[in-house]
Amino acid sequence: MSDTAAPATTKKDWTSDQEVRWCPGCGDYSILTAVQMLMPELGVKRESTVFVSGIGCSSRFPYYMNTYGMHSIHGRAPAIASGLAVARPDLDVWVITGDGDSLSIGGNHLIHALRRNVNLNIILFNNQIYGLTKGQYSPTSEVGKITKSTPFGSLDRPFNPISLAIGAEATFVARTHDMDRKHMMATFRRAWEHKGAAFVEVYQNCNVFNDGAFEKILAKDARPTNLIPLEHGQPIRFGPEGEKGLTRGPDGELRVADVADVGEDALVVHDEKRQDPSLAFALSRVATGPYEPTPIGVFRAIDAPDYGSAVQRQLLDAQEKKGPGDLESLLTSASTWTVSGNGTNGAGGPSDSID
Amino acid sequence: MAPATAHNGGTLTDTAAGARQAQELDRVVIRFAGDSGDGMQLTGDRFTSVSALFGNDLSTLPDFPAEIRAPAGTMAGVSAFQVHISDHDILTPGDAPNVLVAMNPAALRANVGDLPTGGILILNIDAFDERALTKAGYSSNPLEDGSLSGFTVYEVPMTTLTLEAAKDTGAKPRDAERSKNFFALGLVTWLYHRPVDPTLQWIRDRFGKSPIVAEANTLAFKAGYNFGETAELFQSSYQVRPAHLPPGTYTNVSGNTALAWGLVAAGTLSKLPVFLGSYPITPASDILHELSKHKNFGVRTLQAEDEIAGVGAALGAAFGGHLAVTTTSGPGVDLKAETIGLAVSLELPLILVDIQRGGPSTGLPTKTEQADLLQAMFGRHGECPVPIVAAQTPSHCFFAAIEAARIALKYRTPVILLSDGYLANSAEPWRLPDVNSLPDISVPFATEPNSTDEDGTPRFWPYLRDEETLARPWAIPGTPGLEHRIGGLEKADGTGNVSYDPQNHERMVHLRAAKIAGIVKDIPPVEVDGEEGADVLVLGWGSTFGAISAAVRRIRARGKKVAHAHLVHLNPFPANLGEVLGSYRKVIVPEMNLGQLSKMIRAEFLVDARSVSKVQGQPFRAGELEAAILEDLDV
Ligand code: SF4
Repeated sequence: MSDTAAPATTKKDWTSDQEVRWCPGCGDYSILTAVQMLMPELGVKRESTVFVSGIGCSSRFPYYMNTYGMHSIHGRAPAIASGLAVARPDLDVWVITGDGDSLSIGGNHLIHALRRNVNLNIILFNNQIYGLTKGQYSPTSEVGKITKSTPFGSLDRPFNPISLAIGAEATFVARTHDMDRKHMMATFRRAWEHKGAAFVEVYQNCNVFNDGAFEKILAKDARPTNLIPLEHGQPIRFGPEGEKGLTRGPDGELRVADVADVGEDALVVHDEKRQDPSLAFALSRVATGPYEPTPIGVFRAIDAPDYGSAVQRQLLDAQEKKGPGDLESLLTSASTWTVSGNGTNGAGGPSDSID
Repeated sequence: MAPATAHNGGTLTDTAAGARQAQELDRVVIRFAGDSGDGMQLTGDRFTSVSALFGNDLSTLPDFPAEIRAPAGTMAGVSAFQVHISDHDILTPGDAPNVLVAMNPAALRANVGDLPTGGILILNIDAFDERALTKAGYSSNPLEDGSLSGFTVYEVPMTTLTLEAAKDTGAKPRDAERSKNFFALGLVTWLYHRPVDPTLQWIRDRFGKSPIVAEANTLAFKAGYNFGETAELFQSSYQVRPAHLPPGTYTNVSGNTALAWGLVAAGTLSKLPVFLGSYPITPASDILHELSKHKNFGVRTLQAEDEIAGVGAALGAAFGGHLAVTTTSGPGVDLKAETIGLAVSLELPLILVDIQRGGPSTGLPTKTEQADLLQAMFGRHGECPVPIVAAQTPSHCFFAAIEAARIALKYRTPVILLSDGYLANSAEPWRLPDVNSLPDISVPFATEPNSTDEDGTPRFWPYLRDEETLARPWAIPGTPGLEHRIGGLEKADGTGNVSYDPQNHERMVHLRAAKIAGIVKDIPPVEVDGEEGADVLVLGWGSTFGAISAAVRRIRARGKKVAHAHLVHLNPFPANLGEVLGSYRKVIVPEMNLGQLSKMIRAEFLVDARSVSKVQGQPFRAGELEAAILEDLDV
C-alpha cells in the first residue's frame, strides 16, 4: 500500500486521452462513467490502480482509464491479473471482462481466480451476446436465441454467472446493472473494499446485437416490480409498495410471496456473511432469466484469507527462518567436495581414455 | 549357486584390505535395471552421489517409463539408471554398460542387448521364476539356454538374502523385500570400492521417521556389501580412482536443479524477485519443485490451473516488475504460444523454459528429444520473433538460465530457454562458480516521462525505444506519472496508442524483428574446437554436446581431424557463424530431431549441411556419432 495519501482527484483525472469507441448507446458507457466517478471517491492513486482485460467490447475498457492497464488476450485476464496481484499486493487490480471472455474461452481462469481468492475486482459485463464478433450467441444467451451462428435457435443451456461464481467458492458475489449509476458505484465500492476476489455481474445492454435483453426488468417502470434489492440484515422484499417478498418453502426453495398473505416474519432475512453458500445460491436461482423478479446487490460477502497475502506471509516466514537468500549457500546446499590444487585426488594427469 | 550368507548387522570389512585383488579401471559404466517399483532410480542416484563425493568424474542417464507403476514384471515397466564413473573427465553417460544389474527377467531382456560381449551381469535370480520369465516374454530361461554365455554372469539370490537380513527388524516380508535395491546397492558398492558411510548416513536421514524401514534398508545394504566380500563368487573387485579435476568446490547437479538455481541466481543478479507461473508437466516439474523451496530468496511460485494460466500469471508479474518465468515441456509450449505472442507485442521480459520431450502430442513424456527448436523459432502466428538459448550440459543449465534472463530483461522480450529430458535428469559433478564472478544483469525501470506534448506537458511514451537495444522502457505500476496502457493490438511506434495504420504496422513488424536480430551484437561468437587442417565441422546445439565432444575425441584418437562448434544462441545466431560454416568442406549437424537446426542454417547461410538424426527418445551415443562423422572423413 502506498505510504502517502492520494491527492484529491476528479473524474477527469481518471479519464485517458483515448477516444471511446463503443457503439453510441452501448451500456458500456455508463459503466465506464460509474467507475471513473467512483475512483475519486475511493481516494486511491492512479499509479497504483491497474485495469486488466481480455478480448471483447468490454475489454477495451482499460484504454479509457488513465491508470496502468493491459488489454490482454481472450479469456486470460483473470490469470494475468492473478500474477500481477500476487507479485504486487500493493496494487488495486481490476479485471474487466464479458460473458464470452470469462464464461466461455476463459471459464477456467475465472473459476480458479475466484477459488484462490486472489485480491481482484472482477467486473463481468453480461450482455448475453458476442458483440465484437458481430452477434453470435454467448454462454449466457437464453435457449432458442436466434443469431447468425444459430439461425434455428441456440440449443445450449446458459450459465447463471452468479450461481457459477458461488459454486467456484467466490467470497464476494454481486449483481448490478448499467441503468443505475448509483447502484453500480455502490456495488463496485463494496467489491473494492472486499479483500480477496470480488465478482460483480453487470447486466449491460448491447443495443446493436441484443437490444432490450434486460428490458423486462430494467425498464424504468419495470424495476420496482422486477428488481429484488438485497440488503444485508433486512427482510428481502420488493414491489412498488414493498408488497412482495421472498419466503423459503418447505422444500427449501425461495419463492416470491405477497407479504400480506405470509406476514413480514415469514420473509427471508438476507445474510451476505453466511459462510454456508446455500442462501446466496438460492437467491441466484430465484429468477430463471432477466424477465421475472431478479435479485440485485450483494449476494455473498464473506471474510476469507486472500491468496496474495498468504503468499506474502510464506515468503516472510521463510526469510525469518532461513534468513535472506544467499547464492553461495544455495549452490553448496547439496553435498559438496573439494579438489585441491595439487591434484592429490587424481591418479595422474588426464587419461587418454576417450569418453 | 552362491552360499546365501548374511551378516546381520555385522561390521563391514575395510575396503582396501579386501581378500581379493582389486583391479584398477580408468572408468566403468554401470546400469541398474529393475521394475518401476524396485527403486532403481534411487539406487542409481545413491551410487552416483557416493561416487561424486569419492571424487570421480561422472555422468548419468536415468531412463524410466511414463507410467508411475506400469504393470509389474513387464518390459513396459522396466526402469533403468546408467552411471558412468571415471578417473578423468568424461562427457557422456557411456555408450554401453560394462555392468548390468538386473532385478528381474524383464529388466534383463530390456537391457541385455546393450551389454557388450564380456560384460558383467548381476542378476537377482530369485526373480527368475516361470511366471516372471513368461511375463517378460522369454520362451526359455536365459539362465539355462546359453543365451548369456558371452557374459560374466553373477547369479545372486537378492530377495532371499534381503529377507534373511531383515528378518529381525519386525518388517513384514512384503515390506522387507522392498529393501532389495539396497542389497544390490551394497553389492555394487563393494564391487567398486565405494565408501559405505555416506549411504548409511543417507538411509538414517531419509528413513529416520520409519525406523523399521531404515533398519531393513541398512541391513540389506550391509548384507549386499558383505555378500560381495564373503561369497567366493567374484574373482575381483574394481577400483576407479578419483578424477584429476580442476581445483575447486564441486557438487553433483542435475540439469533441472541447475536450471532452477540459475533462475534464483538471475533474480539475485538482476535484483528482482523471481516469479514462476507453472503447471505440472514431465520432465519440467522438478524446476517448479525446486523453486518452490526458495521462498527466502523472495521466489514466488504459482501452480496455475493450466499451462495458459501459468504463462499468463508470469506475464502479469512481468508487467509488475518481476523476473517472470514459466516452465513446461512441448505440450505446454503449444498452449502458451498465444501468451508468448502477447509478450512479444507487449515487449515485456519473460522466460519460457521448455524441457523438451518426445513428441508429437503426449509422445514420450519421460524420454528426451530436441524437436521443439522450430516451434520455439516459429510456433506463433504473425511475425513473432523470440530469442532462443539452449543449455548443453546439466551444469550449463545454470548459466543458460542466467543468459536467458539477461537477454529477456535487457531487450524486454520473451526468451525461450531449451533444455531436454536428458539434461533435466542427468547429473554431473559441477565445479561451483565464484558467485561474485556472475554478471550483473540488472536493468533500470523507467521513472520519468520521456516525452512532452505539444503544450509542453510531460508525457510517458511506452514504446519510445532505446536507440542502442531498441528496447522500450519498462515502467511498472506504482510509478507516478507513467500510467499507460498496453495490449495485444498493434500500437503506434512511440506513443503505444492503438494504431491500424498500414505503414505503422510494417514499421512495428520490422522494429520487433530488428530488436531481436540486434541481440547478435551482444552475444559471444561461436567458438570452434578445431584443429589445423580439419575440413569437417560438426555443429551441434543443446544436450548433444557431450556425445559430440566424445565422438570428436575418439576421431582424433584415430589420428583424424575434425572440428566441433556448439550453439548456445539459436536466435539470433552468433555473428561469426556464417563465416565459420563457410570455412569447412562439410558441415554435419547431429540432432535428436529430423534436422531442424540443419534446416535453419541451410536457410540462413546456404550451406550444404548434412543432418544426422536420432529420434529414439535416447541421447546419441558417442559411437553412433563417431561412425556418422567418419563417413564424411573417409571420402
Ligand atoms: S457491439 Fe454491443 S456491446 Fe459492443 S460496443 Fe456495440 S453496443 Fe456495445
